[in-house]
Amino acid sequence: MSVAAITVPTVTHVLSKDEDLMEKVSIRNLDFFYGDNRALKGINVSLYQGEVTAFIGPSGCGKSTLLRILNRMYDLYPNQRATGHVTIDNEDILSSSQDLNLLRAKVGMVFQKPTPFPMTIFENIAFGIRLYERVSKSELEDRVRHALERAALWEEVKDKLGANGLSLSGGQQQRLCIARTVAVQPEVILFDEPCSALDPISTAKIEELIDELKDDYTIAIVTHNMQQAARVSDFTAFMYLGELVEFGETTRIFTTPTDRRTQDYITGRFG
Amino acid sequence: MNSSSSPLYAKRRRRNFITMALAYGATGFGLTWLVVILAVLLWEGFSGLSWAVFTEMTPPPGSAGGLLNPIAGSLVMTVIAVLIGTPLGILAGTYMAEYGRYDKLTTVVRFINDILLSAPSIVIGLFIYEIMVAQMGHFSGWAGAVSLAVIVVPVVVRTTEDMLILVPDTLREAAASIGLPRSLMIQKVAYRAARAGMVTGVLLAVARISGETAPLLFTALNNQFWSTNLNGPVSSLPVVIFQFALSPYKDWQKLAWTGALIITLAVLALSIIARILAAQRKTS
Repeated sequence: MSVAAITVPTVTHVLSKDEDLMEKVSIRNLDFFYGDNRALKGINVSLYQGEVTAFIGPSGCGKSTLLRILNRMYDLYPNQRATGHVTIDNEDILSSSQDLNLLRAKVGMVFQKPTPFPMTIFENIAFGIRLYERVSKSELEDRVRHALERAALWEEVKDKLGANGLSLSGGQQQRLCIARTVAVQPEVILFDEPCSALDPISTAKIEELIDELKDDYTIAIVTHNMQQAARVSDFTAFMYLGELVEFGETTRIFTTPTDRRTQDYITGRFG
Repeated sequence: MNSSSSPLYAKRRRRNFITMALAYGATGFGLTWLVVILAVLLWEGFSGLSWAVFTEMTPPPGSAGGLLNPIAGSLVMTVIAVLIGTPLGILAGTYMAEYGRYDKLTTVVRFINDILLSAPSIVIGLFIYEIMVAQMGHFSGWAGAVSLAVIVVPVVVRTTEDMLILVPDTLREAAASIGLPRSLMIQKVAYRAARAGMVTGVLLAVARISGETAPLLFTALNNQFWSTNLNGPVSSLPVVIFQFALSPYKDWQKLAWTGALIITLAVLALSIIARILAAQRKTS
């Protein structure tokens, strides 16, 4: 069925440069429940191919919850359910027939805390590649190298690929996780506060990386840091108490927000 | 006002002193007996330690001999018990921590497992006597190994579940996020992260069963001679110690001390290995 026709009066969508935008992920009338608690209320938003969309808002507003729906991460836990329509390339990902492993290979995720697997740096990346592809040893080595280069980590680890992934610094571990995600060749990458555990230098590196990656991927990032949202994203969605208050181009959201609550939040009056 | 001279503070200091004195006293009291036990064991057991202990069979009273048959019997039954108990324990623990973490069944299994964990081993011995020895009509090494396995299972279930629960959910989510199916996530990520702790659990289970006497008395009984036939009675160190220590013969009593020392040293070695592995888990 067509979901694009559903009108959404409560949300202000003002997109000025939508000439060449291609909708990759479409979220329509999305509700989410933790047990009986309705954590997301009628969310409508789109992620565009090759663009970075930032989700901002005070703690508990549902940003991470929204992100975790896009790869059905919530399915790991009981008593959590989503209703509404979420499509990626016009395919309904909330459908019960959706293969979760294939979905997650297509929609990668980088977490708040770096989570290298307890294995070598090489294996951390090779592991995901071998999962869905049969590749020769030399091709595997090339792919690992390429992924590490994409994550701007190759130069730092090329002489110790056999070392445990946990022996790296926090910032390096996070870039290793990005390399691991990229290696599986996803189409969408979700960043869930990827820099909140990192120092400013590591944060700058990750932000630079996100900027480079956006040419090839559709990116969503949840962040508490409004400067970060302003720096890395093309679109920004402001969420408050489980609702999507305002969505639009980042420059507009940060300069001329139309909703009072957005304005109060970005000027630091609450949150 | 100088707080150190206030009556409230002085009272607190007195109370602190008394409590500390009681705590040190209790620790000293406990440690003293432990040291005395170990000292006597070393004193009595070490003098009997010789090559013959490991190469000769248990002797009749009044002649020379060793502990080869009980050492071999204990080793074989322990190995079989671990081979039976470890897979069962790991699979059950994995179910509880990974697949059924939020299920009612897990709560029930955990409760029953805790009861089994603290069940007196003599009850387990009687149980295996009833279902194996009485049915087969004779004592056997298999029955001994099974009764030890019944002791191994709850220890391994408990440590496996505990260690897997300690693996952070973020790691599971990371594994899921690259499209890893749950079964592979458990094998390749969760087991790897929990490996040291799980091995420690198995080692502790071995340490636990290597000194068990009661279940073996009802199942494997004892054998004065070398026997590799697990369908018949099999000798074991704890039972031989029990029998020899109660005997009126000096040379038997001597061998009992030596056997006790061997078990103690073996358990000590296992505990040290377990601790080293546990320490590795923390640093990795």
